[in-house]
Amino acid sequence: MEISDGYPAAMRQSIARVEATRSARLGRTFPAMSLDERKALLLSHHPDYKAGAKRPLLFGSGQGMALNHELADLFEARPLVRASLDLSKIDHDVDLLVIGGGGAGTVAAIWAVKAGLDPRKILVTTKLRHGDSNSTMAQGGIQAADRPEDSPAQHFLDVMGGGHFTNQPELVRALVQDAPLIIQWHEHLGMMYDKDASGHFIEHPGGGTSRNRMHSARDYTGLEMMRVLRDEARNLGIPVIEFSPVIELLCDDEGRVSGAVLINLETRHYHIVRAKATIITTGGLGRLHMQQYPTTNHYGATADGLVLAYRVGARLIDLDAVQYHPTGAAFPAQMAGLLITEKVRGLGAQPLNCDGEQFVFPLEPRDVEASAFIRECAERGKGIKTPQDMCGVWLDAPMVDLIHGPGTIREALPAMFRMYARFGIDMTRDPILVFPTLHYQNGGIATDEHGATSVPGLYAAGEVMGGVHGKNRLMGNSLLDFNVFGRRAGMAAATYAREHPAGKLSLAHVAAYEAMLHDAGIKTTRTAPRILPDYRGKEALDRYLDIPL
Amino acid sequence: MSEQAPLITMQLMGKNYRVPAGLTLMAAIEYAGYKLVRGAGCRGGFCGSCPTLYRREGNHRIFTALACQTLVEDGMCLVQMPFVPLITRPYDLYTITPQANTLLQHFPEIAGCVACNTCTRSCPQGLPVMDYIQASLRGDIERAALLSFDCISCGICSSRCPADIKHYAVGLLARRLYGKYITPNAPDLAERVAAIETGDVTAELDTLMALSATELRSRYEQRTFEVVAEQEDPYSATRSYNSAMDPVDYQDELEVSG
Ligand SMILES: Cc1cc2nc3c(=O)[nH]c(=O)nc-3n(C[C@H](O)[C@H](O)[C@H](O)COP(=O)(O)OP(=O)(O)OC[C@H]3O[C@@H](n4cnc5c(N)ncnc54)[C@H](O)[C@@H]3O)c2cc1C
Ligand code: SF4
Ligand code: SF4
Ligand code: FES
Repeated sequence: MEISDGYPAAMRQSIARVEATRSARLGRTFPAMSLDERKALLLSHHPDYKAGAKRPLLFGSGQGMALNHELADLFEARPLVRASLDLSKIDHDVDLLVIGGGGAGTVAAIWAVKAGLDPRKILVTTKLRHGDSNSTMAQGGIQAADRPEDSPAQHFLDVMGGGHFTNQPELVRALVQDAPLIIQWHEHLGMMYDKDASGHFIEHPGGGTSRNRMHSARDYTGLEMMRVLRDEARNLGIPVIEFSPVIELLCDDEGRVSGAVLINLETRHYHIVRAKATIITTGGLGRLHMQQYPTTNHYGATADGLVLAYRVGARLIDLDAVQYHPTGAAFPAQMAGLLITEKVRGLGAQPLNCDGEQFVFPLEPRDVEASAFIRECAERGKGIKTPQDMCGVWLDAPMVDLIHGPGTIREALPAMFRMYARFGIDMTRDPILVFPTLHYQNGGIATDEHGATSVPGLYAAGEVMGGVHGKNRLMGNSLLDFNVFGRRAGMAAATYAREHPAGKLSLAHVAAYEAMLHDAGIKTTRTAPRILPDYRGKEALDRYLDIPL
Repeated sequence: MSEQAPLITMQLMGKNYRVPAGLTLMAAIEYAGYKLVRGAGCRGGFCGSCPTLYRREGNHRIFTALACQTLVEDGMCLVQMPFVPLITRPYDLYTITPQANTLLQHFPEIAGCVACNTCTRSCPQGLPVMDYIQASLRGDIERAALLSFDCISCGICSSRCPADIKHYAVGLLARRLYGKYITPNAPDLAERVAAIETGDVTAELDTLMALSATELRSRYEQRTFEVVAEQEDPYSATRSYNSAMDPVDYQDELEVSG
């Protein structure tokens, strides 16, 4: 295969057509769709509406909810521990247990301390290392209405419309109203947001927003946020146990959540944590690879929190809708599914088909934009094929430097530039190939505006919670959401912990869940939570022997 | 047609494996049959949990890389580093002040830098690590903050440094000091926060919350959009904060992988 500057010859021919139309396209953007056009496109091309991809949940509080098979499989699976597990020895007796050391969990722990809990009586437990999470990977930015041209009310409208008005309004209100407070807190923590010389934030537009309110830190926004938050938590002395995911929640005899069972991933020891209040902040589900899509998510994004919460009877919401980010990398194969931040379009790069023509407004809400890409490749046959038989559309990255001046890509998008450079492609000169990738959970555990779930003692925040974004989230609102609801849940759980002593631990809900599985006629050897996906090679697995060593 | 990649041989933890060319180191380790617990996080070059040491055939050097961002080569011999231990003294950012000696006080070991440049040579992000340590030593917090900004805390530099410096922790404190004390606070933000705290935005949100579904939809459809075009362009290294001062030259990387 002949490769020149990263692309094979067949793709080069299409790039030539992109270059030919470039100057005529500058300053001319494809018109946006009306609400009706959006709806028709979603119904015809969004993966959520694909026939046969889902089945209804058969039992429990979410009975009847249509879920992708990959997610339904997790609910229709057996717990990893039996109800008879010995709970007599308590390894950690704390006021607050935070499950998940990503953004939401770290924010919750910090604010629980600010609300008066002793840091030594908090425990954060996490699957991989503290900070190995989707939060670290966020590139584009965080929304907050803090400029005079903008207002929380305007932000409210954008969020509601972006979610097709399926959002819980009181949660959206909390989100937009707390947003400027969060950014100010970050400023005080020393986060390095992009600013101009007088200190004003440099704010960009994003898909579905009517004002420029995207605050970013180059294209390492989540990394900058996560490392500052982690540093703050360490300085406060909040204990964190790494490589120890929760595999089951614990209740007391009145059904209130009272801690959890952890497993040390290396020694396979279990630990019993008793806690007066518990917050689930386990993030998303990309690593379930719904409908076999590649994903942008980190290695541990396997929807564990949803399973844990469902087993104790928590209500779930909007899990039928999954977000596919329109711009996942489609070439080279080693990058498949990795996120190309929306900021690339925010800075002016247009999506194009194989003939170098525009076919969609670059900044439609994500589900609409993704559906337009799928339509271009599937129905219209105007996608670009890769040697690995993937299909994608072009994103005309060099336009960014043409519009904003040479050097902008390197300065504003260093992570993107570096990633492509590592695989031999220079995005300041050539367009990049993209296709939708599994990105975000949208729905999740239902909570009130303080993060309280329907089960006493249990709180949830971040990507694992649902309702804020309805059936579609806009860019920049989930970094915001983990801060807003992480903070609120941390404070509310601190109050709850002060008012409720811990009770006697029980796993009765595990026995009850097994009974529900049985009554629903589900016979399976599958277990959940999943903890980590398995990417071992087929050849190696074919010869795998499970022997005691 | 999808093309079959040729197999190459690499040595993983001292054993030979045949793996398809074109895989990342991480994918190759998994292809060989390892289920990773440590050594994988974001799988996309952002978290620094996959530092890897390797040698190449016919070369005396030790190379360093991120397993998720590097392609396998025939004859490569590699091992993953779980992490580099880190213990730092806690600080309270609200009470320390950015003086010329603040970084040195918190990290006295930076005075031991022998300017060997090993850290810079080993950084998978291509950062001028030695320069930001030298800047920290001189008390130039701004320079240390800007040069270290793209650090993903992988710890590779620290594992190789003869002076045992915790580079990524030094950079982090420099950036927090810079973000908090040296960059001016955003003027509009403070005003908006004050308005929220006095309840000035409540009425408008109450109104929206009270609208019927149809009314809300029509308010949404009638939104006006901010014009983007006429803005002064913000991307100028001299006028804006948090822009790279010494843009690192990636030409080498492009040539190596091309
Ligand atoms: C590539 C990428 C780019 C993004 N860009 C943006 C953006 O520009 N703007 C924006 O607003 N949003 C963005 N998002 C979305 C946003 O980053 C996430 O939705 C948000 O950070 C989620 O935060 P969280 O704390 O809820 O989850 P996470 O940050 O994922 O943290 C969850 C943590 O819980 C741990 N965990 C999981 N299961 C268990 C268990 N059983 N026991 C213990 N711990 C467990 C995980 O290991 C992880 O550390 C992006 C997401 C991705 C993947
Ligand atoms: S490796 Fe250590 S001693 Fe050498 S230049 Fe870097 S900081 Fe200085
Ligand atoms: S500076 Fe050090 S810790 Fe940071 S990315 Fe480079 S090698 Fe890794
Ligand atoms: S796995 Fe995160 S940088 Fe490689």
